[in-house]
Amino acid sequence: MNIAVLLKQVPDTTAKITISNGKVDENNVSKWSMSPYDEYALESGLQLKEVTGGSLIAITCGPERTKKMLTDAAAVGADKLIHISEDKVLDSTQVQKLLAATVEKSGAEVVLCGKQAADTNSGSTGPGVAEILNAVCVSMVSEVSINENNFISTRPSNSGAEKVSSNGISVFTFDKGISELRRPNVRGIMMAKKKTIETIKPEEIGLEIENSDRITLQSQNSPPEKEPGQIFEGVENIPEIVSKLRNEANVI
Amino acid sequence: MKFTVIAETNEDLLHPTVYQLIGAISKIGAETTVICPNGKGSSEASKIKGVEKVISVNGDCFHLFDGSAWSTAINSVCEGTIVISASPNGREIGAMIAAKRDIPIIQDVTAISAGIEVTRPIYSGKATETLLINGDSVITLRPNAFENAELGNEAPISIVDQTSDLKISIIEAIGKASERLDVTEAEIIISGGRGMGSIDNFSHLESMADTLGAAVGASRAVVDEWGMPHRMQVGQTGKTVSPSLYIAVGISGAIQHLAGMRSSKYILAINKDPDAPIFTVADYGIVASWEDALPILKSELMKL
Ligand SMILES: Cc1cc2nc3c(=O)[nH]c(=O)nc-3n(C[C@H](O)[C@H](O)[C@H](O)COP(=O)(O)OP(=O)(O)OC[C@H]3O[C@@H](n4cnc5c(N)ncnc54)[C@H](O)[C@@H]3O)c2cc1C
Ligand SMILES: Nc1ncnc2c1ncn2[C@@H]1O[C@H](COP(=O)(O)O)[C@@H](O)[C@H]1O
Repeated sequence: MNIAVLLKQVPDTTAKITISNGKVDENNVSKWSMSPYDEYALESGLQLKEVTGGSLIAITCGPERTKKMLTDAAAVGADKLIHISEDKVLDSTQVQKLLAATVEKSGAEVVLCGKQAADTNSGSTGPGVAEILNAVCVSMVSEVSINENNFISTRPSNSGAEKVSSNGISVFTFDKGISELRRPNVRGIMMAKKKTIETIKPEEIGLEIENSDRITLQSQNSPPEKEPGQIFEGVENIPEIVSKLRNEANVI
Repeated sequence: MKFTVIAETNEDLLHPTVYQLIGAISKIGAETTVICPNGKGSSEASKIKGVEKVISVNGDCFHLFDGSAWSTAINSVCEGTIVISASPNGREIGAMIAAKRDIPIIQDVTAISAGIEVTRPIYSGKATETLLINGDSVITLRPNAFENAELGNEAPISIVDQTSDLKISIIEAIGKASERLDVTEAEIIISGGRGMGSIDNFSHLESMADTLGAAVGASRAVVDEWGMPHRMQVGQTGKTVSPSLYIAVGISGAIQHLAGMRSSKYILAINKDPDAPIFTVADYGIVASWEDALPILKSELMKL
């Protein structure tokens, strides 16, 4: 079975985000990493691959720098690496179309991705790709397994969690998974360096990306500065804090 | 300009965020149609100011959540700018409707003005962006970021029968209903971290939570190391919350934790280390051990 995993490279969660000229300055990002939930999607994909004997296809869309992340995915076991090369700033709908077309071309029967990326924090891509592929979508899963011809996934529910069965092409968006993430070993890292990355241009999958005027970025900004807090040493001032919570903040 | 709100419900009542969605639209001087999946909450919705009409979409598919089936059924009656809560289900339905209509989706909006201009946090709250939208779109709004619309209306309700095929089935429910409030819904959250010393000490937080009607949250350290349920985790790889009051007890305030809670209206931190980073985002701070602070805090709250 072909398993597609959608991976996005984002500023590491510890990296500082700086703004210059009203935009986030990507050149100033000290470290780029795989988006945290995507790591769980990848881990689950590797486990599915082990039980089905299938092939794991890692797909990313983004600038040149994102290839490094594909190589990292190969170091833990991704078989095929696909880089959709597009330097333009894409809106979510455009990214979804590119990813969906690539998944379709790869012949994957299951698509795994993160529930939301650490840069956009949106959670649009998985459901959008599922919609375009007319596939099943189960969101925020923590695990996926196969039972005969069905996918069995676990997602949160009002009462805790529930097991969901689906069949046919299915998209799963990952929350934090239940398994430990595997780390690459030296051999994996060496092999990954030799692995070729297939580059796809949007034109090649029949998509022409036009600049769209549907959304205009006005500005990106640092979060509003908070006034310095009122910090008290010791417990003597607790009555005062409680009265401030009531009368100043109006929250209790 | 036309607006459509898709209502979420809690059992048979409207979810409190529906009032916020309608309030946000009223604030920019518009009225809205409200869609109630399976009719739930429709008479309640018709009484909210700013609602032009209510459409109850009735179908078999609504007995379990399948984003694909729900969005197909709901999409048939949507018009204009579609507004939903940025809850997990709202985000999923929103993304699917946007893909069906080939219109943009902007998730997790925290401010909206006529035009339409929206602002949303990005990079887990390390920055924000303001976008101008041209034409129809889907917008999901962050819970608790907007003021409630008020009651005082009698909008007409119509019923549309529209279902769609479910693509999934539920084969097993795991775990029993937790009586505790969910962190994403609570007005007040009290969260504990590794500084609580052990999982047993969370009982102190629970009893405080009961006094305040609050939800209990946790840092990743205690979820990973002590096996607290992941649904309680606040932060980058947990829930993003914006309650009116967030109380952090024995939590250092790592950047990934801040990512999930820094947009809370007010933050109270209790930590014995005066240099803990949590104090950089706290509005109020108590530098003390929780063992000393919680009993006094609780008795002061009881006096209110
Ligand atoms: C990719 C990634 C994603 C992550 N996602 C998340 C996430 O979603 N959520 C999250 O929380 N973390 C997340 N983390 C982990 C994060 O980096 C921290 O490790 C974690 O938040 C620390 O938890 P803590 O504050 O409970 O523990 P610690 O950092 O150990 O802090 C304990 C605090 O308790 C105080 N303390 C000790 N004893 C007492 C006492 N008796 N009374 C009062 N105070 C006391 C100490 O002074 C200290 O400040 C993530 C990390 C990574 C790398
Ligand atoms: N450019 C991209 N390339 C590959 N995967 C992506 C891309 N953008 C989003 N994804 C996947 O979709 C998930 C959700 O992204 P988002 O909708 O931006 O929150 C991410 O965690 C990735 O798994």
